[in-house]
Amino acid sequence: MMTVKKTRLVVIGNGMAGIRTIEELLKMSPDEYEITVFGAELQPNYNRILLSPVLSGEMKFQDTILNDWSWYEDNHITLHVGKTVSKIDRFRCRVETEDGLVVPYDRLLIATGSNPIMLPVPGMTLPGVLAYRSIDDVEKMLIAAKTGKRAVVIGGGLLGLEAANGLSLQGMEVSVVHLCDWPMERQLDKVGGGMLKEALEKRGLKFYLARQTEAILGEDKVTGLRFKDGEEIEEDLLVMAAGIRPNIQLAKSAGIHCERGIVVNDTMQTFDPKIYSVGECVQHRGQTYGLVAPLFEQAKVAANHLAQYGRMRYEGSSVSTKLKVTGIDLFSAGEFNAGIGDEELLLQDTARGVYKKLVLRDNKLRGAVMYGETMDGPWYFQLMRDGTDVSELREHLLFGQMHLGDSGLGGVSSVAAMPDNAEICGCNGVCKRTIVNAIIDKKLFTLEEVRAHTKASASCGSCTGLVEALLQNTLGGDYSAKSSKKAICACTEAAHQDVPRAIQDLKIKTMAELMQALAWKTPDGCHVCRPALNYYLMTAWPGVYQDDSRSRFINERVHANIQKDGTYSVIPRIWGGMTSPAELRSIAEIAERYQVPTVHITGGQRIGLYGVTKENLPKMWGELVEAGFVSGHAYGKSLRTVKTCVGLDWCRFGTQDSSGLGIKVEKMTWGSWTPHKFKIAVSGCPRNCAEATIKDFGIVCVDSGYEIHIGGNGGIKVRVTDFLCKVETEALVLEYCGAFMQLYREQAHYMERTAPWIERVGLAYVKQHIVEDAAGRAALYARFLESQRYSQDDPWKERAEGKDAHEYAALATIA
Amino acid sequence: MNWIQVGALEDIPRQGSRVVNTASGEIALFRSIDDQVFALNNRCPHKGGPLSQGIVHGRRVTCPLHSWVIDLETGSALAPDVGCAHRHEVRIAHGALFLEIKDHAI
Ligand code: SRM
Ligand SMILES: Cc1cc2nc3c(=O)[nH]c(=O)nc-3n(C[C@H](O)[C@H](O)[C@H](O)COP(=O)(O)OP(=O)(O)OC[C@H]3O[C@@H](n4cnc5c(N)ncnc54)[C@H](O)[C@@H]3O)c2cc1C
Ligand code: SF4
Ligand code: FES
Repeated sequence: MMTVKKTRLVVIGNGMAGIRTIEELLKMSPDEYEITVFGAELQPNYNRILLSPVLSGEMKFQDTILNDWSWYEDNHITLHVGKTVSKIDRFRCRVETEDGLVVPYDRLLIATGSNPIMLPVPGMTLPGVLAYRSIDDVEKMLIAAKTGKRAVVIGGGLLGLEAANGLSLQGMEVSVVHLCDWPMERQLDKVGGGMLKEALEKRGLKFYLARQTEAILGEDKVTGLRFKDGEEIEEDLLVMAAGIRPNIQLAKSAGIHCERGIVVNDTMQTFDPKIYSVGECVQHRGQTYGLVAPLFEQAKVAANHLAQYGRMRYEGSSVSTKLKVTGIDLFSAGEFNAGIGDEELLLQDTARGVYKKLVLRDNKLRGAVMYGETMDGPWYFQLMRDGTDVSELREHLLFGQMHLGDSGLGGVSSVAAMPDNAEICGCNGVCKRTIVNAIIDKKLFTLEEVRAHTKASASCGSCTGLVEALLQNTLGGDYSAKSSKKAICACTEAAHQDVPRAIQDLKIKTMAELMQALAWKTPDGCHVCRPALNYYLMTAWPGVYQDDSRSRFINERVHANIQKDGTYSVIPRIWGGMTSPAELRSIAEIAERYQVPTVHITGGQRIGLYGVTKENLPKMWGELVEAGFVSGHAYGKSLRTVKTCVGLDWCRFGTQDSSGLGIKVEKMTWGSWTPHKFKIAVSGCPRNCAEATIKDFGIVCVDSGYEIHIGGNGGIKVRVTDFLCKVETEALVLEYCGAFMQLYREQAHYMERTAPWIERVGLAYVKQHIVEDAAGRAALYARFLESQRYSQDDPWKERAEGKDAHEYAALATIA
Repeated sequence: MNWIQVGALEDIPRQGSRVVNTASGEIALFRSIDDQVFALNNRCPHKGGPLSQGIVHGRRVTCPLHSWVIDLETGSALAPDVGCAHRHEVRIAHGALFLEIKDHAI
């Protein structure tokens, strides 16, 4: 047998970014490389950010290992631990270690992390002076804590405080020395920092603020420290946590272009095209990073290019911070000091120990500091990264997303404070303990992983915020939060917004071409992406694209709703909720003929017939069609119902013909496919009996015309509509309705209802396209009507006449 | 052990499924995009959902009820879910489909 010689990849640095890159690479291209890893540390790849819980005694080192020895073996990776690479020979393409080992490479990945900054003061080299970077450091601290009494930590940043807290929990008296007036000044403003200091003082930490260290004292080991002002304090252990500096020595000496860090481009390539770099050692677009979230994004990109996919670009990251001190809730992201022209929203409740500050500029969230209550951190962070226009949310912004009420947990204000048995996911009955244990035991990092392992938030998703908060709370840094550009599913790196763009730019008309153009990793997608692609293609090319029934969820494929026992429900359209004795009689007769077990008046003003077997569907539809009915699309991501009240004809308050208008609207819109289901209602007066203000499109009749309301939602998370505008004629209602639906059809992501869509793009955006731009509105309306020409063939009639007959019949019956 | 002809390859749509009724229950036949045919009990190991109604992708099918993903080659649910919809042997000969019916119950 001939063996193909593999490309050789050498990795310098067995840390978080380097090994994450290898993990990503193996996922994409398991056999392409012969991989060799050098690590200066003696351990396999571990989770550095969990060193603080190890120091505080809340965790064992064993639990922080991300990939144990067998992982390297199983993936045929040659691992050299305890070996420091001392030279990169770019001319001969090989690396050399301090002890003389020479390994050639075809591709090199530098992931050397960073080094702690040691202050240039006398005494720095005394025994008892430690940095805080590695498990070695932690082990030394733990030994020191057994014998020594007093510890001093220089640096009141994130690392310093975590070290101080850990040592204090190990029984030492700990002082924190810090240059600035309050701790964590890079993440917190003065008020937040003050509250943090107070809380830590209550736990026994002592602060020396705005103080500079002049010298470390001691003869053969550290005994004390002297400030510039002459004061001296005693100590048995000194921990330096005054910052980090990218570890670029090796790269620099090999002549690779470095500034503060190793300079890379958007594909994580250094100036030597054979050499990539990721992690804290990297400088990208002038930025260096010290948290794992951005590093993991870098790892993904580097892996993508190493696997020769050549598709992704790293465009920089915004980061958020969370302090991992149990019992202290703190969150910070973005610019938290308002500049000129910025606005500040403040909430300060000293009694409860809660402080929140949001910084706004041009109606967008620029930064957030939170202390005491950090539940909404991920949400604010998302709003920041997406650049969402928050003018509409402004009133409620400070009070958070209120996810909690939706999960039936009203009143509890922080996940950390919830009891272990609190139910987080109502759909799947998953409690907090199960999620936290899974995160720890199975080493989960992302929302997707938690969903796969626990099913929490895998169904309706309303608890997503809580699960993210638990991830954050359990793991610390916000590195797993979904980035604003989120892949549709595991088959692809493409996000929803990429698909319509590609379809338009490249004039793509088939799913196969689309998957190819966007580098799908699977041959024919999956149940998540295929329905989405089918939808986008159908919307882009009405009448041209052939709907792919194999990419439709069963309900839309057979035009009925599957029930838990495998039977189906049949819900005929009742125009505007208006019916007649004759119609009711035919429904009754058909229901009897097919022995329908359950007849229910639905929440959508129509009649549901439940428990019909699949074989019977076409026949039953045939009879319904005969009696004048069409499909009610109660199963589709499509127009559902148009609910109405009786209005002017009968009601003593009615101002307009609400039911008549409802019927006209339904006749125009029925059969249309939308990103998610779409519901309409028309109420005859502001008493609003048809509940128009929780519909995707609601019409409230008034004496002088028709108020139009959009983006409402009953269901999982109730959202009241936004008022769009008032119009004077029924014809205008129809035009606005068609235009709005078309804008939604073209702009929303598949499976995004109007409510979250409007929150994402902002009401102003919709107003601009529908209200302010008359020509644009007319064009949208025309496109809507054009696409309706192809979607108003009743699917039931077609199937009663024999379309897709194979769907409804068994292939064979064997006695 | 019997091989029974149950139809032809083209009776099953590509990325689709058809059901064969047997004395001991329904068997679902799936045709993947590359024209391989697989047979499993038409009962999801989770709560008995009809797998034949699911979306077929690669060599997998997603159950229509709660989206478990089942491997068509083995009948096993994809991790972390656990369970198996037992598989049956199928052969394609000159476009005709033969299903192996074991004597013991399905
Ligand atoms: C049949 C009906 C219940 C009934 O017997 O009354 C119903 C039944 C289902 N609803 Fe509903 N909903 C029904 C009215 C509603 C209403 C009331 C309304 O439309 O005024 C709501 C709240 C209003 C809203 O949507 O904003 C409603 C909010 C939901 C939701 C939550 C949607 C959300 O965005 O939060 C879901 C879940 C989903 O769509 O993902 C849902 C999903 C479902 C599904 C499709 C669940 C499923 O996937 O199997 C149920 C299908 C049962 C079936 O076999 O037909 N149903 N559902 C109602 C059909 C009305 C109709 O004539 O078409
Ligand atoms: C105590 C602590 C707590 C933290 N908490 C958080 C947190 O809560 N949230 C968060 O997001 N981030 C946190 N961080 C930061 C996070 O751990 C780092 O951003 C991350 O580990 C950086 O990954 P890296 O791969 O770039 O570097 P590292 O993980 O440091 O890996 C670099 C590796 O390269 C090795 N190496 C260096 N030079 C050579 C050489 N010449 N030859 C061979 N090997 C070499 C090093 O020994 C090291 O093992 C924390 C860090 C510490 C120390
Ligand atoms: S509320 Fe809707 S989704 Fe829930 S059980 Fe009732 S019909 Fe089904
Ligand atoms: S029955 Fe198949 S996933 Fe639940």
